[in-house]
Amino acid sequence: MHGFANPKRFLGLARWLTPLLLLSGVSLSAGALFWGLTQVPPDRLMGETVRILFIHVPSAWLGMGGWTAIAVSSLVFLVWRHPLAAIAARAAAVPGLVFTAICLITGSIWGRPTWGTWWVWDGRLTSMLVLAFLYFAYIALAQTAKREAVSQRIPAIFGLLGAINIPIINRSVVWWNSLHQPPSITMGNSAIDTEFLVPLLVAVLGFSFIFGGVMLARMRTLLAILQADARLRRRAMEAV
Amino acid sequence: MRTLKPKHQRLVLVVVALIALLAAGLLAAYALRSQASYFYLPEQLLADPPEIGQPVRLGGMVEEGSLATDSDGVTMRFMVTGRENSRIPVRFSGIAPDLFVEGSGVVAEGRLASNGVFVADNLLAKHDENYVPRELQDMEQHQAAEMAEETTVGLE
Repeated sequence: MHGFANPKRFLGLARWLTPLLLLSGVSLSAGALFWGLTQVPPDRLMGETVRILFIHVPSAWLGMGGWTAIAVSSLVFLVWRHPLAAIAARAAAVPGLVFTAICLITGSIWGRPTWGTWWVWDGRLTSMLVLAFLYFAYIALAQTAKREAVSQRIPAIFGLLGAINIPIINRSVVWWNSLHQPPSITMGNSAIDTEFLVPLLVAVLGFSFIFGGVMLARMRTLLAILQADARLRRRAMEAV
Repeated sequence: MRTLKPKHQRLVLVVVALIALLAAGLLAAYALRSQASYFYLPEQLLADPPEIGQPVRLGGMVEEGSLATDSDGVTMRFMVTGRENSRIPVRFSGIAPDLFVEGSGVVAEGRLASNGVFVADNLLAKHDENYVPRELQDMEQHQAAEMAEETTVGLE
């Protein structure tokens, strides 16, 4: 594992892994969404609107997974000081924010016909909105730290602090009365019928591959920018 | 005494900080237990009644067989039940969401009237976490009981 922390070996791996993840992710997601939108029977209560499940749930999981990636990378960066970990954390932020936004938007669209409202301030919805704001703050902080050449430890500490929201989102429907229903999928247990569950899990896999591909592509970009900056600085030094 | 390597020092420091953060977060969430709830259950509303006319949210299950529509065609009356044997009569005039049916979860926004009836301005349907195709919809008795239990979560 430690070997891939070497940027050169990481780049060698990422070069072919990025298109592989993106291509397989897009085809898996397209297949799962086609399946979910056209082949799956309507739900006993919700009818056709149940099909939003196949976008909403994978997005929610990846929105939370994105911040988990930021937190783990930040921990590795703070303890082992490896620059690649700081780059990984920065690369996870934008896809994480996009999936969180998709989750909030599809959830709102789903809430109108099922619950009878676009939005309520219950525990689950509010904590998910807080996650979106945390992403905005993290992206702004990481960019500022980079531009002002301040220590990357500042966004890393923020990434760790923000992780407290992840268990709160997860437990929000268990601890508090909420309009959002309790979790359908818990450890080894599912309240989702197999006909819905299988395309859902395929969509989760596909969305995760897209997330991984985008994250790797962004890491390559950030590394390339770092290299270009270093080269410019070296040239400037030589010119003096 | 052997001193720790710097990276191990940092590891210990970060882990201790994370434990403190987690404890603080969980304490805050625990303290918010009642305040962060989106609605009151009937037993909570009966045990500690709000002032007459004060806006509150009441949540629970729509009692089977209690739903009736007045002769004006838009006013409906039903009973909301909680975990214990508590029930509150609710009156609502307007369009209810599609998922609002007897035996399912509901959140009513409104106020308690002086005659003990909860007058709702708005109804929200709370569905359970089961996703089942229409062909398999015969919910068994124990599933219905579980659903009532989960809709009324958050009460000690």
